[in-house]
Amino acid sequence: MPKTPKYKHYIWELPVRCSHWINVLSITILAITGFFIGSPYNSGGSASDFSMGWIRFVHFTAAYVFVVSVASRVIWSLMGNKYASWREFFPFLTSTGRKKMVKMLRYYMFLEKKVPETYGHNPMATTAYIVLFGLYVMMILTGFALYAQHAPGGLMYKSLGFMYMLFSSQGMRLAHHLGLWVIAGFIINHVYSAVLMDIKEHDGEISSIFSGFKYRINKPE
Amino acid sequence: MSTQKGRDVSGKTEQGLEEREYSVGEILKQRGVSRRDFLKFCTAMTAALSLPATFAPTIAQALDEVKRPTLVWLEFQDCAGDTEALLRAANPTVSEIILDILSVDYHETIMAAAGHQAEEALENAITKYKGKYLCVVEGSISMKDGGVYGCTSGKTHLETARRVCGGALATIAIGTCASYGGIPAAMPNPTGAVGVQEAVSGATVINLPGCPCNADNLTATVVYYLVFGKIPEMDSKGRPLFAYGKRIHDNCERRPHFDAGQYVEHWGDDAHRKGFCLYKMGCKGPATFHNCPTQRYNEKTSWPVASGHGCVGCSEPHFWDTMSPMYRRLPNVPGFGIEATADKIGLGLVAGVGAAFAVHGVMNALRKDKDPNETKEG
Repeated sequence: MPKTPKYKHYIWELPVRCSHWINVLSITILAITGFFIGSPYNSGGSASDFSMGWIRFVHFTAAYVFVVSVASRVIWSLMGNKYASWREFFPFLTSTGRKKMVKMLRYYMFLEKKVPETYGHNPMATTAYIVLFGLYVMMILTGFALYAQHAPGGLMYKSLGFMYMLFSSQGMRLAHHLGLWVIAGFIINHVYSAVLMDIKEHDGEISSIFSGFKYRINKPE
Repeated sequence: MSTQKGRDVSGKTEQGLEEREYSVGEILKQRGVSRRDFLKFCTAMTAALSLPATFAPTIAQALDEVKRPTLVWLEFQDCAGDTEALLRAANPTVSEIILDILSVDYHETIMAAAGHQAEEALENAITKYKGKYLCVVEGSISMKDGGVYGCTSGKTHLETARRVCGGALATIAIGTCASYGGIPAAMPNPTGAVGVQEAVSGATVINLPGCPCNADNLTATVVYYLVFGKIPEMDSKGRPLFAYGKRIHDNCERRPHFDAGQYVEHWGDDAHRKGFCLYKMGCKGPATFHNCPTQRYNEKTSWPVASGHGCVGCSEPHFWDTMSPMYRRLPNVPGFGIEATADKIGLGLVAGVGAAFAVHGVMNALRKDKDPNETKEG
């Protein structure tokens, strides 16, 4: 008979949970409006309508929300607790981190029966998150570089000048479009892994992103 | 104030110009161009330069006083399309004015001289007016194997460009080929074609891309130089801001249909006949900087989008490669078949990931794990 976890560990602080859910919301809105912008259907009855205009407005607004959320999370990685720290996202840089990664990978590949115990993120997840973060940066840069073209000479256009040197406009469009599909693939992985760990670890993994608490048989340090 | 400025600047430009007795204004009068037509031209140029209407008298005065510059026009790997665009302007008065303002001392397509005489004319122009003449280059320059793939009168284009553009006051790269290599530079670029700026790195180059370049933009660039005595302000791709400072999409006459959500779905459909937005037909207006919607072609008669065909992005670097396919919104994904769109690939990716995790989930449901809490004693 396994012992019942009886200690609450505060893992995810409020800013972490907020940025997570704001990301979920803004990415969902950005994805839906983005696909519409990429291949719109004829939604306008007359030339005085503004359906594409509004959809683009929602896309750009959600983009700003997303940027603020991602930037806040980056800042919090310098200010928050150890589970939120930027160090968590580079497990492959330390030998213990690498060991944990191998263990986790072996578990995922059915080579290990015991679920490696993790309090915050598991090292495989944080590795995926740092790749995801790179993808976010790519989406933000390509998105705003395309957006800024409406006002060449403006501050945004000038600060993103390097993007126009590196990529053609159409190349940026393609990257922006494909980037979302990769994020969609990540979401499947992310939700699946979270549910799996909730089932296997019995620590309230799913509810932890709402409450911030995970459950353990050990006392918090 | 503006009058004063015009005088100052025209004084400055005089050093850079040919020493002749007659000013541009006087020559035009001799040729029978009426004062009224001249002022109309000045007003049109003010508009083309995106200057306020109050500048028209300044331009008129400056052109009245200024001496006409010597110009040599070189053709390299090109189709002479920009020359055609200039010469076949619908309204003869304006093209006459263009040619009358410029003292075209060398132009392979239109000059009467041929062979050695023609080469002599070029030599004379570039030695006599060294550092003072304007050079217009049409066509790309072959760089591969020492530039042997493009030769005129026994000299490679590269050699001629370095000599002529290097000694010019400024070089106007007319058309996309001269600006960025254009169609000769399209994949796989067998001749190693590049634009003038890349071939002659030290030269002062003004890029006027477009396929063809709008002759009005060439005239406006020359007029700007004559009036202000300097080259116009340019963007990061070396294009004058007055002509390439705004996106086609943002000045397009079909833009209200874009914002409204009214799109052409097939060529010749009802929406196409009504003049709706060509976004879904692969129009590259959102990716192209040019003044086509406002300046238009052939004496403002029309331009591609007005005639019902999407923009192909001809004034952007490497448009032949980066803007294709012309009738689709997104480029093809390298390494995948031509028919595979980004969305099909993305959908395949997501389906693959979903399937992989579904299998993983089933395997996890079947296996018996050790509970972490069983072994880890508190």
